[in-house]
Amino acid sequence: MSRNAQNDHLTRLEQTSIHVFREAFANFRSVCMPWSMGKDSNVLIWLARKAFCGKIPFPLLHIDTTYEFPEMYEFREKAKVIHGIDLIVRVNEDAIRRGIGYATHDPVTVTHELKTVPFKAAIDEFKWDALVTGIRRDEDPTRAKERWFSPRSAEGNWDYKDQPPEFWGQFASSAPEGGHVRVQPLLEWTELDIWEYIRRENIPNPTLYYARNGKRFRSLGCHPITHPVDSPASNIDEVIEELKLTKISERAGRAQDHVGRNSMQELRAKGFM
Amino acid sequence: MSTAFHSNPAAAQAANKAAAEDQRKMHVVVVGHVDHGKSTFVGRLLNDTDSLPNGKIEQVRKNCAAEGMEFEYAFLLDALIEEQEQNITIDTTRIFFRTQQRAYAIIDAPGHKEFLKNMVTGAASASAALLLIDAKEGVMDQSRRHAFLLSLLGVKQLVVLVNKMDLVEHSQATYEKIRTEYAAFLKSLGLTAVHFIPIAAKHGENIVQRSAKMPWWTGPTVTEALDAFRHEDDLTGLPLRLPVSDIYRFDHRRIVAGRVEAGAIRPGDELIFQPGGRRSTVRTFEDWPGPSREVVGTGGSASVTLSEQIFVERGQVAAHPSNQPRVGREFRARIFWLGKEPLVPNKTYKLRLLTQNVEAVIAKIEKITDASTLESIQANSVPRDSICEVIVRTTRPVAFDLHHECAITGRFALEEAGRIHGGGIILDARKEQDVREGKVTAAERSARSGHAPAVLWFTGLSGSGKSTIAELVERRLFDAGRQVFRVDGDDLRTALNRDLGFSAADRAESVRRASAVAGLFANAGHISLVTLIAPLAADRAKARAALSNHAFIEVFVDAPLDVCEQRDVKGLYAKARRGEIAEFTGISSPYEAPESPEVHIRTDKLTTDQAVDLVLDALDKVLRSKAEDWEV
Repeated sequence: MSRNAQNDHLTRLEQTSIHVFREAFANFRSVCMPWSMGKDSNVLIWLARKAFCGKIPFPLLHIDTTYEFPEMYEFREKAKVIHGIDLIVRVNEDAIRRGIGYATHDPVTVTHELKTVPFKAAIDEFKWDALVTGIRRDEDPTRAKERWFSPRSAEGNWDYKDQPPEFWGQFASSAPEGGHVRVQPLLEWTELDIWEYIRRENIPNPTLYYARNGKRFRSLGCHPITHPVDSPASNIDEVIEELKLTKISERAGRAQDHVGRNSMQELRAKGFM
Repeated sequence: MSTAFHSNPAAAQAANKAAAEDQRKMHVVVVGHVDHGKSTFVGRLLNDTDSLPNGKIEQVRKNCAAEGMEFEYAFLLDALIEEQEQNITIDTTRIFFRTQQRAYAIIDAPGHKEFLKNMVTGAASASAALLLIDAKEGVMDQSRRHAFLLSLLGVKQLVVLVNKMDLVEHSQATYEKIRTEYAAFLKSLGLTAVHFIPIAAKHGENIVQRSAKMPWWTGPTVTEALDAFRHEDDLTGLPLRLPVSDIYRFDHRRIVAGRVEAGAIRPGDELIFQPGGRRSTVRTFEDWPGPSREVVGTGGSASVTLSEQIFVERGQVAAHPSNQPRVGREFRARIFWLGKEPLVPNKTYKLRLLTQNVEAVIAKIEKITDASTLESIQANSVPRDSICEVIVRTTRPVAFDLHHECAITGRFALEEAGRIHGGGIILDARKEQDVREGKVTAAERSARSGHAPAVLWFTGLSGSGKSTIAELVERRLFDAGRQVFRVDGDDLRTALNRDLGFSAADRAESVRRASAVAGLFANAGHISLVTLIAPLAADRAKARAALSNHAFIEVFVDAPLDVCEQRDVKGLYAKARRGEIAEFTGISSPYEAPESPEVHIRTDKLTTDQAVDLVLDALDKVLRSKAEDWEV
């Protein structure tokens, strides 16, 4: 489809996301975009470059759990150059010294220690008042309730019981005292939209998503708790065809989501994205 | 619209458009009174259209069994712990699914009254609505309130689902009764339902499958009705409205960023930026990675460089000079109010209209309507979850359209302390007054402070309680957000009146100076409170005359001499009795009590609080009458 066709589904999503990016940049003093290097994150980078005419005017943050797949580190260095990213990397060295790891601890604890704790520390250090995240409403029922601009308290908590109303393109314009606002440009996208957009725009993306020996990753996290799904889809066209048919949830391969009945909600209330 | 400017042959265009149409997701909000079965309906809809992920229903069944609860379809959606405990949907949930015809986002909006703001959030992003009514309970408060809000939010396509037909033995008579009653209500709002479909969500009747138990129903099933909804009209045919979101200067380029909210824009277009009225021409679009678009239509985010560099800022609206938005500071609007605190006149709110953000006051409440009964409410403020018609006045000019001309630029949100508490649509514009290039007028000052200025002149013997009452009045006014300042006689004597004594001539001069100072504060838009013994009627009459262009309230703080002397807070009476102070009012100098003060306070008969209330009531009355001067 031509770039000039503005009425198609993907272009509508894209243009709305760009608007959300721009409103965030206009409204907040200091913006940062956490980057997981996963597909949604890479789409965000692309949209940010479109929103700001090629150059992302704020830093990206990679919380390195040290459990990333080796391919992801390679991808990080490559993408940094391609997109001209101002990248901040943070590791919870203290937790690693204390021996926190998947060999000895449960996934909820490790995720909290190696992701949420350094993430909060970075927010305290840089005093960002807006963080751009790649959350989509179709990922998980708790995420379905999210807003485009979602205020978080100083403790990083999400008060999902008392969210600001959001209508007619007017978003929450200020962060709570000491807190920040999560800006979520991908809210309306689905997993299939993400893939179709990556294909349409030819966005750089890790190859782990494509099948090797009959298995591929649908979602990428720490390697000890991220499992591939059975799939013959070895290129982007096949991945898209597969997604059109599948009924298995996207995060099925992510262990930390499935420990207790409401583990995802617990993680999120504590500040996980 | 882009396809109109395409180089492709017409046939290819049509094919392209048809394919694009199919991909567009239809956003449908599900609303209705609490417990009328919205979540159950959505859960069932997902199940019956085969849209649930594998294992989801088993997982929820298992969770229910583990907790000894009966399985309900609603649990599929009400995923948060609290909701399962309270059995209500706290926030809007979006669920994606598709019929054979197209993709949908179903917005499940909470019916509980507490969560109306969430219902608004959900409904505002929808193109169509499904409204559920419990066949057994019939039309309830929220059934009406939600329809009222849908009409305000601009959701025009509506299908009513008469749910729980199984509980009324699938009775056509019950269905007809609800349909007749509710259709009449909708008509009074200017809404029409496309269909009233009888369903039993719990059992999947008339959702995807036709119900064998309601052979009398020959209309569509829910999915058939959904597939018949149309997307909103494309606004590309309307005049251009491009609100400026930001100006980017990341490199040598100066880029005006904004989303086209209506109409379309092309390089070469002449633009006028309102408010302000400065003109320039579109030089380029700076699309990354390129090539740049030839035209940006409605919904498109544009990156514009201009041929002539002019001052442009966030909030301004770019339009074609031949068809500009209105610019003004005053309009009549219909507002829905969601704030915990009521919406009150003359308090400053932030008005957000597109990217404009200005201070505004409700200058006048014309009508308050109970959204569920449509009856009018008599009140001075607008309670939460009701709807009103008001005059809105902004401190700076804003660019807008009337809602019926262009909905997207004809509506706004009201914010207080960083949170949105209400929204409104603009019904008509009011005539512009007193907007001049240079001189700031009294009306402009009043518009900003939200009230007219006034002078409260407290007179009475020393120790009668003038300062005590005036201080409390000042505190109450200050806390209510009024501009207020106290001009105290004793304070004046330490500086401005240092050269004056207590002779008759000096007293007259002291009163003159106090009235001049009070006049300055009033000119600056303040309510000034003067506390001065001012014993002579003639001096006070002069002060009143000097301040005649302001509301003037004489407050006689009347305490018997012996009471004042007994109090003798400053020990002055004692000194005067000993002859240490000459010409002391009440002892060695006369006090001429006012004959007809606006407020007469008998301090020996009233408590301090009652006295303060008397003064505030009198002030309120005067300000109200004055308000009309600058309001209309």
